[in-house]
Amino acid sequence: MNNYYQPEAECASREQIKAWQDERLVAQVQHVWNNIPYYKKLMEERGVKPEHIKGTQDLHLLPFLTKDDLRECYPYGLLAEPLENCVRIQSTSGTTGKRVVAFYTQDDINLWEDCCARALVAAGASKSDVVQVSYGYGLFTGGPGLNGGSHKVGCLTLPMSSGNTDRQIQFMTDLGATIICCTPSYAAYLAETIEEMGVKDKIKLKAGIFGAEAWTQEMREDIQNRLGIKAYDIYGLTEISGPGVSFECCEQGGMHINEDHFIPEIINPKTGEVLPYGEKGELVFTSITKKAFPLLRYRTKDICVLNPEPCACGRTLIRMSKPMGRSDDMLIVKGVNVFPSQIETVLLNKGYPANYQIIVSREGYSDQLEVNVEMTPEMFSDNLAEISAKEKELVEALKAMLGIYAKVRLVAPKTITRSEGKAVRVIDKRNLY
Amino acid sequence: MSVKQISAFVENKPGQLAKFTEILNNHGIDMRALSLAETEDFGIVRIITDDSYKTATVLKDEGYIFSITQVLAVEIPDTPGGLFQVLNVLREKDINVDYMYAFTARKQDVAYMIFRVADNDAATEVLRQNGIHLLEPDDID
Repeated sequence: MNNYYQPEAECASREQIKAWQDERLVAQVQHVWNNIPYYKKLMEERGVKPEHIKGTQDLHLLPFLTKDDLRECYPYGLLAEPLENCVRIQSTSGTTGKRVVAFYTQDDINLWEDCCARALVAAGASKSDVVQVSYGYGLFTGGPGLNGGSHKVGCLTLPMSSGNTDRQIQFMTDLGATIICCTPSYAAYLAETIEEMGVKDKIKLKAGIFGAEAWTQEMREDIQNRLGIKAYDIYGLTEISGPGVSFECCEQGGMHINEDHFIPEIINPKTGEVLPYGEKGELVFTSITKKAFPLLRYRTKDICVLNPEPCACGRTLIRMSKPMGRSDDMLIVKGVNVFPSQIETVLLNKGYPANYQIIVSREGYSDQLEVNVEMTPEMFSDNLAEISAKEKELVEALKAMLGIYAKVRLVAPKTITRSEGKAVRVIDKRNLY
Repeated sequence: MSVKQISAFVENKPGQLAKFTEILNNHGIDMRALSLAETEDFGIVRIITDDSYKTATVLKDEGYIFSITQVLAVEIPDTPGGLFQVLNVLREKDINVDYMYAFTARKQDVAYMIFRVADNDAATEVLRQNGIHLLEPDDID
């Protein structure tokens, strides 16, 4: 099977990939230096000038960017193109209420959609396929990214967006969708619902592209068996473009990084030192082709391993493992980024003490988020309805901040563990990594 | 005339009520009435004790969150229609009952009930006018 969308890039020689990266990196550094005063200043503080960067071997000289920088620069501080050249924003939740906004020129969108098209074709998509995109559309990159990729391949695209499971299954059966794109937990939920409705024989799916949250090998096998498909992983982040930064091929042995657009590095998250291939550390990306929002050495906080071994699929693009954890405290719940600090902000705004505990669990394949809050004399009342009303208000405020439902559980005072040093704020019972 | 009820927050999980009553027992506090209002996660235990001041002090020391509410302790004839007679009086004055619960009697032929209403004074007055007996704090201590 010849499942390449852009074989000239996906199967290029390593020398060719290195040559592209060197040339594009040099140009990108100059572009950033000329157009982003914030990053220029970071470079100057380290005594680095564009002429010092002659190729990928000099990448380590450049300063890192983190989500804190993105927050600091919100909204336009890292924009490298005049607004008249930009055609789109996408956004992701950030900490303490400030969102991350990424900008795109039309070329940036094209290359992002190319990356998604590569992922779709690797999963077996061709013009004759019907692709059901059940990622959220809107600010979230999942829907727009796969939608664009599907158009590029020439598939009939069903822009379903997330939710409304009955309608999803109706379109899936009536229109004969062959490829589904959604979060793995939603795929598992769809599989369950399809079984309950007894319509499995009407399903024509052959493949699914699942990303935006962590999933285990067991979950993959379960989804594959229940839907009768091959399940492909996809990885991406809004800061770097969106889904399709890397994608899985038929070998299902790690995700190929689109290295002609993004240079990966693995670093020691504590020291920032670059680690050799094969070692576990934090994944860092440098965008070398995007123009509007060209992040250099952006720390993803995802912990993983890079594998440069040739892949049996014929692609020469390096592979990354599934993320094995985070180097910060971010949680991914139902595909949504959740920072404990966001929850803390809501609690403090609503007059609660900052003593809370976040518990993430999984029921079946669906994430559950629970926030334990200690009862206070101010909140207490002899009237159950009054307490419930306050509890409901907190649930609404959390939903407005996080974008997802969190169950609030009121607990007795002083029952949340106060450890000696850092309080145990988060209990993740999912065992995802 | 009203009596003091103590309403305390307890989590809805095994052993919590046992712990609560154990504490009262350890301090020799006699509970005269108890009622529980619960949700999935937590509950409110409402109690009338022989010494509300001491109860409040003990609960505070033990770290409980509680509030004190004035409620009516009403003597009800232990005959068919006894409770109806009381509720009917309140209905005629349009006084809403938030909640109520029964209470141990030391006399024969009568029952006692705790009433939580919006307006204690109005309820007291109308009940007395209708010859219904209300307990004083001294009757309980």
